[in-house]
Amino acid sequence: MTDRWSAGVIPYAQMGYWNPDYEPKPTDLLAAFRVTPQPGVPPEEAGAAVAGESSTATWTVVWTDRLTANTHYQAKCYRVDPVPGNPEQYIALIAYDLDLFEEGSVANLTSSIIGNVFGFKALRALRLEDLRIPPHYTKTFQGPAHGIVMEREYLDKYGRPLLGATVKPKLGLSARNYGRVVYEALRGGLDFTKDDENINSQPFMRWRDRWLYCMEAVNKAQAETGEVKGHYLNCTAGTMEQMYERAELARELGSVIVMIDLTVGYTAIQSMATWARRNGVILHLHRAGHSTYTRQKNHGVSFRVIAKWMRLAGVDHLHAGTVVGKLEGDPHSVAGFYDTLRLDHVEPDPAKGLYFEQDWLSMPGVMPVASGGIHAGQMHQLLHHLGEDCILQFGGGTIGHPMGIAAGATANRVALEAMIKARNEGRDYLVEGPDILKAAARRSRELDMALSTWGDVTFTYESTDVPDVVETPVVV
Amino acid sequence: MRITQGTFSMLPDLTDEEICAQVQYCLDRGWAVSVEHTDDPHPRNTYWDMWGLPMFDLGAAAGVLAEVAACREAFSDRYVRVNAYDASLGRQTVALSFLVQRPTEEPGFRLERAEGPDRRQGYGLHAYAADRPVGERYRTGRHP
Repeated sequence: MTDRWSAGVIPYAQMGYWNPDYEPKPTDLLAAFRVTPQPGVPPEEAGAAVAGESSTATWTVVWTDRLTANTHYQAKCYRVDPVPGNPEQYIALIAYDLDLFEEGSVANLTSSIIGNVFGFKALRALRLEDLRIPPHYTKTFQGPAHGIVMEREYLDKYGRPLLGATVKPKLGLSARNYGRVVYEALRGGLDFTKDDENINSQPFMRWRDRWLYCMEAVNKAQAETGEVKGHYLNCTAGTMEQMYERAELARELGSVIVMIDLTVGYTAIQSMATWARRNGVILHLHRAGHSTYTRQKNHGVSFRVIAKWMRLAGVDHLHAGTVVGKLEGDPHSVAGFYDTLRLDHVEPDPAKGLYFEQDWLSMPGVMPVASGGIHAGQMHQLLHHLGEDCILQFGGGTIGHPMGIAAGATANRVALEAMIKARNEGRDYLVEGPDILKAAARRSRELDMALSTWGDVTFTYESTDVPDVVETPVVV
Repeated sequence: MRITQGTFSMLPDLTDEEICAQVQYCLDRGWAVSVEHTDDPHPRNTYWDMWGLPMFDLGAAAGVLAEVAACREAFSDRYVRVNAYDASLGRQTVALSFLVQRPTEEPGFRLERAEGPDRRQGYGLHAYAADRPVGERYRTGRHP
């Protein structure tokens, strides 16, 4: 032990942060990091450095560690596996005692796990791939304000994905014109319309005016269809006080849903989730900015981790990828995100990029939102990849319809209902999808026109964030 | 107007054969199917009148079709819907719900407005069908 406590710099591994004999406790929080050490740094030392810098360590030995039960507080890297097919990278598994984290605080959790360590010089790159959040910690969070089941009952919509559209152009419309788009899209057949992430309260349209015109549109559409409709009023603002003020007016006007952006920060998200549950208003979260740290496979934080944090934080909706649309999203990784948001128990599955088993203990599910470059002609693929409990958002695919916005909405709804009907009838809808759509289009001019406008549009680019081709070992 | 509640309301009304296929899909998943009817299609009217209890231990869709037919006969001018209920842990909710009958005429809704301060409007949805007196609306049908 003299070595361990000698003044000066010693390897993290020697300080106890590498402990291959450690058996994680059921209460431990486990993390899987993709580590790319600098040349000459052994993988065990790199893993130990991550464990150290994300828990108790600093760059040198400090005698004040000896005033604590230091082996209890230090995180332990207990396993390092080479990444198949990539000799520079390793997956390091690290266990953290729950005492390291404040109950019910995503901010505290993230400040620990990703607080300092990502800039660490001994690593060329570092990526947080997955977390196992133990039940004891999960239960300290509120979770989704309503969740999938309550949302469906509130909206009285069952057995099919919900349909939405983001108002376009995303910037520049006046409140009066903006409300027109909302009205047409909702009366045509959509369940929701949506503010875009960067529509807040700009000179061309102040938030309060948008609120009033959008609620006029929502209520008119409800009267014309006999259905519950909603528009995600984006409450994102410069201060928490402004966000509360905007949410309060949305509630007073009878909006079923409000929205915030990921850019408001984890604490603000949790505050809004608490507000949403207290006030019976659904909370939509747009993942604005996430690609800056989720997309590159060697560095950052995987979106599956963000999905876990957001389920804990308590949002009801979260954008999670489309597979077939214009934005990044490998099918297997996206399936992992959707499982993480919706299932009560998630098994480890290397093909989906899921490193750990994860139990949610009846915490409600988050409705995943598919948005970005999708259209009615892909309905069979969307249903196949994303399933029933999700929201399909066709922005351009609604508003750009040659016969008008309401016709675009009708085309999407007819396509969706026809596909659900065919699936339930036992048809091989993925193979027969184009035929099912064509048949439905014979009785819907709106759908016919949509198919002839966008039927062939695809976005076939290679994904950057895919699970390792050869399976890395999975921890059960 | 044509209300668009239910999973298949934007498609042409389902034939009995198509209803049968949907019901069989539900029964194959272990969902209990039930029939409900109402004359008030307000979207917040959650509790439609139950046509008997949910059919918990039914395996064949024909039984549900018979109940649909009986309900249609007793309430020929009401909305009738088929619900499938998933009682599994984590769901315990409706899994599928679709209309199988509409009244000949759907009078729709009036959007009521109450002027408020600061340009606010208080909105209400009024179902014209609910205007008829209680005696006409809630007459006893021939329940099973």
